[in-house]
Amino acid sequence: MAGKSLYEKIWEQHVVVAEAGKPTLLYIDLHLVHEVTSPQAFEGLRLAGRPVRRPDRTFATMDHNVPTDDPFVVLDPVAAKQIETLTENCKAFNVPLADLTSDDQGIVHVIGPELGLTLPGKTIVCGDSHTSTHGAFGALAFGIGTSEVEHVLATQCLWQQKSKTLLVQMDGTLRPGVTAKDVILGLIATYGIDFGTGYVIEFAGEAVRAMSMEERMTVCNMAIEAGARAGLVAPDETTFSYLQGRRYAPQGDAFNASVEAWKQLASDPDATYDRTVIFPVGDLEPQVTWGTNPGMCIGVSATVPNPAEMQTENDRRAAEQALAYMDLSPGMPITDIEVQHVFIGSCTNSRIEDLRAAAEIARGRRVASTVRALVVPGSKQVKRQAEAEGLHQIFLDAGFEWREPGCSTCLAMNPDVIPAGERCASTSNRNFEGRQGRGARTHLVSPAMAAAAAIAGRFVHVAEWIAEEGLAWNRS
Amino acid sequence: MEPFVTHHGLVAAMDRVNVDTDAIIPKQFLKRIERSGFGQFLFNDWRFNEDGSLNPEFELNQPELQGASILLARNNFGCGSSREHAPWALADYGFRAILAPSFADIFHNNCFKNGLLAIQLPEAIIDELFAKSRAGAFHLTVDLQEQVITAGAELRIPFSVDPYRRELLLQGLDDIGVTLQHAAAIQAFENQR
Repeated sequence: MAGKSLYEKIWEQHVVVAEAGKPTLLYIDLHLVHEVTSPQAFEGLRLAGRPVRRPDRTFATMDHNVPTDDPFVVLDPVAAKQIETLTENCKAFNVPLADLTSDDQGIVHVIGPELGLTLPGKTIVCGDSHTSTHGAFGALAFGIGTSEVEHVLATQCLWQQKSKTLLVQMDGTLRPGVTAKDVILGLIATYGIDFGTGYVIEFAGEAVRAMSMEERMTVCNMAIEAGARAGLVAPDETTFSYLQGRRYAPQGDAFNASVEAWKQLASDPDATYDRTVIFPVGDLEPQVTWGTNPGMCIGVSATVPNPAEMQTENDRRAAEQALAYMDLSPGMPITDIEVQHVFIGSCTNSRIEDLRAAAEIARGRRVASTVRALVVPGSKQVKRQAEAEGLHQIFLDAGFEWREPGCSTCLAMNPDVIPAGERCASTSNRNFEGRQGRGARTHLVSPAMAAAAAIAGRFVHVAEWIAEEGLAWNRS
Repeated sequence: MEPFVTHHGLVAAMDRVNVDTDAIIPKQFLKRIERSGFGQFLFNDWRFNEDGSLNPEFELNQPELQGASILLARNNFGCGSSREHAPWALADYGFRAILAPSFADIFHNNCFKNGLLAIQLPEAIIDELFAKSRAGAFHLTVDLQEQVITAGAELRIPFSVDPYRRELLLQGLDDIGVTLQHAAAIQAFENQR
């Protein structure tokens, strides 16, 4: 009999009911909740007179709507009402909440891991597609809709069909200036934005093993941009040392016992997958998206592609529409694209290492006079850490704005909107039409690339640009 | 949930690949705490000009497609954000079924929770339906009981959906109620951990 994959092991440990011809009822260990996708779910419970089954397995915060200049001044009454509603619901249903006054508040996918709520082998859901982030710890984590949020609140379970499994083997060593963000963008550019649909992706290989937890989170975060509801990385020493001492992680002997159990989760050597993709990363260069989905992406030294050279009629038309929206012409060098905005933040790239990488570029330099640049830490904890390291001062001295935690410009539900026709170099995850504001043009990049674009006023190959200035590049 | 057994309706064709949920319902409309009333914001940035007037170029604004209840779409429909506001908006606008070569997983799941029948069909059949739409507005009958799509006697397209989802849709069942029938199994699972 063939061995089992990480996904199959976690699945088997969570089966509550399995009947022929029906999906499996799967137990959910951790349910993360935020203000945007939960109000209708709590209302559903109220109407049916149902309690939250396990408030102790539920954890809420506020992130999407939160203003990042003064979080307590929510000028939009509809947004204010939504934030207020979460407070009322958490109180009424006894759900722990990291609200705006809490030292733990932040983007839901940043605080879960940093509080030690996210642990290997757990099943984790949230009414948010970027729940895939938590898979970096070897947890089965995926986004759900509001009906399922209500279902999990009421039952702590979900009906699930088993996904197909896809192994993405990433070997090689990253070149200077190339980051986890470039790896996942490059992968999606190569295989398309729906190659993971119907699959859970396991990321493996020496490039993944060499990554920090922050980097693995960036990769798993964007598994959904490849269509996969969940991304997974087998837990290892990097995972365990990240988790040790985190507030909700097991402590002392219990931690050591957990580590032993977590080590058993890794896919067996003879595990089989429905599909395997080999993605060498050694030749990858920093990536920049040129279109209106994350797969429309190319190396920074390249030029804007020509739709006429696309393989299918559908791709051709999609690329033409994208270039019209982005106001770009085929053949234009990526490094000729000028930006007016830079956003460093989001559940993809707002963790301490991301801010360190951006600060390394910003140190002693100045944001171009044509650019407005925002740095939005992912959580209060990240913000405190960054300030303790003096990163905020580096950003402020360079002319970046240093903001309070939240989702911010990633989806611009709060006031941090990009105006129509203007261009933003963004460390977030989606460059869809209108994502950062109606008519706004988004280019997805890594934190280092975004910081360099802020200073140069256009895209540059961050490593070459630094080398030209005669400075050493240190990959953090 | 409103049961779905059979539905006869006008087909609106939307010839774009990778339509994401940000396009289906832009983020500024996600702040409401209600479940209803999202139809007016469906495809807002494509459907309306900046000044709020109708964009005459947009597919759904064509006079002959008013009252459409079946959406013909391209691959990877509903990709991106998990926002259930997307199926809420589609259903509230009046759509009962969506036909496409592929759907994004979370969106597909969300549709079935809201009585919106998302049917995956082979690309060649979708191409034929698009060709048919270019010849003028047309109606289809979607029969979930028999799992077949028909247009009079000339067209007959069998399809299949997951049997469990089909059952819930046919009966308009809320699956929390079904799950709570397994409360003892859930309790037993929790006890043995």
